[in-house]
Amino acid sequence: MAAAPGARELTQNPLQKTWEPYDNGLPAGHSAQRGVCMTNCPTLIVMVGLPARGKTYISKKLTRYLNWIGVPTKEFNVGQYRRDLVKKYKSFEFFLPDNEEGLKIRKQCALAALNDVRQYLSEENGHVAVFDATNTTRERRETIYKFGEENGYKTFFVESVCVDPEVIAANIVQVKLGSPDYVDCSNDEATEDFMKRIECYKNSYETLDETLDKDLSYIKIMDVGRSYLVNRVMDHIQSRIVYYLMNIHVTPRSIYLCRHGESELNLKGRIGGDPGLSVRGKEFAKSLSQFINEQNIKDLKVWTSQMKRTIQTAEALGVPYEQWKVLNEIDAGVCEEMTYEEIQENYPLEFALRDQDKYRYRYPKGESYEDLVQRLEPVIMELERQENVLVICHQAVMRCLLAYFLDKPAEQLPYLKCPLHTVLKLTPVAYGCKVESIFLNVEAVNTHRDKPENVDISRPTEDALVTVPAHH
Amino acid sequence: MKDCHQPAEVCMTNCPTLIVMVGLPARGKTYISKKLTRYLNWIGVPTKEFNVGQYRRDLVKKYKSFEFFLPDNEEGLKIRKQCALAALNDVRQYLSEENGHVAVFDATNTTRERRETIYKFGEENGYKTFFVESVCVDPEVIAANIVQVKLGSPDYVDCSNDEATEDFMKRIECYKNSYETLDETLDKDLSYIKIMDVGRSYLVNRVMDHIQSRIVYYLMNIHVTPRSIYLCRHGESELNLKGRIGGDPGLSVRGKEFAKSLSQFINEQNIKDLKVWTSQMKRTIQTAEALGVPYEQWKVLNEIDAGVCEEMTYEEIQENYPLEFALRDQDKYRYRYPKGESYEDLVQRLEPVIMELERQENVLVICHQAVMRCLLAYFLDKPAEQLPYLKCPLHTVLKLTPVAYGCKVESIFLNVEAVNTHRDKPENVGVNRSREEALRTVPTHL
Repeated sequence: MAAAPGARELTQNPLQKTWEPYDNGLPAGHSAQRGVCMTNCPTLIVMVGLPARGKTYISKKLTRYLNWIGVPTKEFNVGQYRRDLVKKYKSFEFFLPDNEEGLKIRKQCALAALNDVRQYLSEENGHVAVFDATNTTRERRETIYKFGEENGYKTFFVESVCVDPEVIAANIVQVKLGSPDYVDCSNDEATEDFMKRIECYKNSYETLDETLDKDLSYIKIMDVGRSYLVNRVMDHIQSRIVYYLMNIHVTPRSIYLCRHGESELNLKGRIGGDPGLSVRGKEFAKSLSQFINEQNIKDLKVWTSQMKRTIQTAEALGVPYEQWKVLNEIDAGVCEEMTYEEIQENYPLEFALRDQDKYRYRYPKGESYEDLVQRLEPVIMELERQENVLVICHQAVMRCLLAYFLDKPAEQLPYLKCPLHTVLKLTPVAYGCKVESIFLNVEAVNTHRDKPENVDISRPTEDALVTVPAHH
Repeated sequence: MKDCHQPAEVCMTNCPTLIVMVGLPARGKTYISKKLTRYLNWIGVPTKEFNVGQYRRDLVKKYKSFEFFLPDNEEGLKIRKQCALAALNDVRQYLSEENGHVAVFDATNTTRERRETIYKFGEENGYKTFFVESVCVDPEVIAANIVQVKLGSPDYVDCSNDEATEDFMKRIECYKNSYETLDETLDKDLSYIKIMDVGRSYLVNRVMDHIQSRIVYYLMNIHVTPRSIYLCRHGESELNLKGRIGGDPGLSVRGKEFAKSLSQFINEQNIKDLKVWTSQMKRTIQTAEALGVPYEQWKVLNEIDAGVCEEMTYEEIQENYPLEFALRDQDKYRYRYPKGESYEDLVQRLEPVIMELERQENVLVICHQAVMRCLLAYFLDKPAEQLPYLKCPLHTVLKLTPVAYGCKVESIFLNVEAVNTHRDKPENVGVNRSREEALRTVPTHL
């Protein structure tokens, strides 16, 4: 690699506070930010498995996780391409191995999907594409692998193998009965047809083989995660994908998210700090305790940050809890304990930059939402491992966690509504998450500041403060 | 006394974990045991390894030959069983009486019967058992292992290399006939990872909890490809000159000179595919810029956050926060600056760096004093008490090269003078000490 001429001057990016080299006043290359630049060449993840083995569940979940940690990822479901092409699904006969017409259409859909993959990874700056189809024959996988090689992608296979009839039946109930394919059928008709659909694939199914496929990179997930076979992990992103896949489970459970009770600084409209609970905040803590008891949750784990206000809230529950430093509120640096009015007065430029890009904006000597996501990743990983958990945290932290579970993009994340004294109960269902919002009937200040219309650095004070919520 | 509310990293294990190594000789079991133990201790999980071969050496003072290991050698079998039981007894003492969280039982454990015995032992004592098997048939790998760690073993101290190799190969043969590898069907109810061909593939079964999940992730990221890791700090900064800590200053004149010397040094080393990492603070980035090669910025490599003490001199800290200053000297590892961090916090935030360093090959990490101490403690297996006092002077590169079971360190001073920023632990750490006692070990500055 040719060396650049000497040491270039550095300039600090006013939004993210990162130091970047510049040549003649223009930002130069050669300096990557870890966290985004995890992947040198694009990665093609190829799902493998009979129908109803959880391929789409895994595809969607993995895509959601990778996007949340900042790796642009998109899934391509070949079944969806088929539904778009063949408007009305008739029966399993479409999938019979000797149905020439069916085979032709299915191949066409796979190629259309691969073409969109190519566009996403090679033209639209995607980093990872998840190709969701059965891909049950070695021949089909060979075709896809060649496609990957031709385009300079690294290919990683994810196979789900399951023979437990109860698991298959549960999957069918969860996600197949409600499929557009079966919108006009009774549950029994749908189940019967789907079981025959699975049979169409069984004879030609060639599972990933330790010997025949020894040169491929893959993970084979057996019996919904009881065991895994991992072969030739090539790079960092594949290693992270394997770690994630090995930590997720499908056991029914609920995750409860809430903020600490109202704090003394909340009342004054001040951000950050390490204050204690207000009178109403303490009331909320008691209500939370009552709520949790009524919910009668099996083996509930309780997590807090290491800030006084979340710990005080947990104390009222009278159960063991774990403190996580990484659950601490976003560090507002020089703006800690200020009101928005004071920030506008002392740092009007910063205040405007924050409104321009609230996700990437880093407080001077503080953090950004983008930084928060990186520090919360171990929390998400442990939440995936756990079952019933109550996380008592903070506004910005809760927005980040919520964005993960509800698949909200970076632009929306910093504006998600997470009011005080309100518990969000998240329950995984089908391919997503059901949310129930429970206000525990103790009044509190509103701490949500919407994005104002005018985000210009030369805006008047009034424009900057127009969306600040009321406080003492 | 209130119920459990420890920080998450300490309270990772509810009941102790017994890791049981499995595999023929020269498959890397002791290498893995030692490395895993080092990693777990670094992240704060009290771990100890128990090498049954060492118990055997302590009991049978002089090793004669492979015949000790013949399957029909009654005397040998008796001694080996005695050693295994002695080791298990020490395991029990460590986990049940000495607050150990994880014990690594390092022996061949190649028969199902032996593993059954150990599993029962675990159950009786309330331990979770996790097996780690290393399977390898590549004769080149075996031969390399023998050269790396067997020829220098106390067992072969009086032998030539050829004699040692011949005897060791026969020793391996003694185990082969009775070797029962972990089987997908027969052992389906056990928790284990089977590592094949030095990490080409893995079979993972029934991971039970967080610590097992972390162990699996770690084992799947380490490799044995030869490489070197270069650690250094940024060049001397303007605040270093003034004896001030933290901040985000630029390089001093000498710091810029160091950056040029570093560039020259790196070129001379002629390192294949070197990756360069910096923090997101100006002084490390300025240093990297002089190298003229691509580099990656990691926020988690930023220097320890001194909170309210940022940009102060030690004299100012003593003046404004004498209590804090004394508390820090009392327990520098766990002490957290007000609105700042502790070394303990640093270790937690650096864990992804260590994981990625394990995955990578040749890497140069340009970081900061406290950060470098944490990374160095990981590679050199230094305990928490010593970590905050490791010497990491400015303008000095540490080249770490894995060798045998540990790490070779070469210290290269790049011949550009810089202030000393190392403050030793003073004698008097009492909160009532005099100003003079508190400041006695402060290094000189402008």
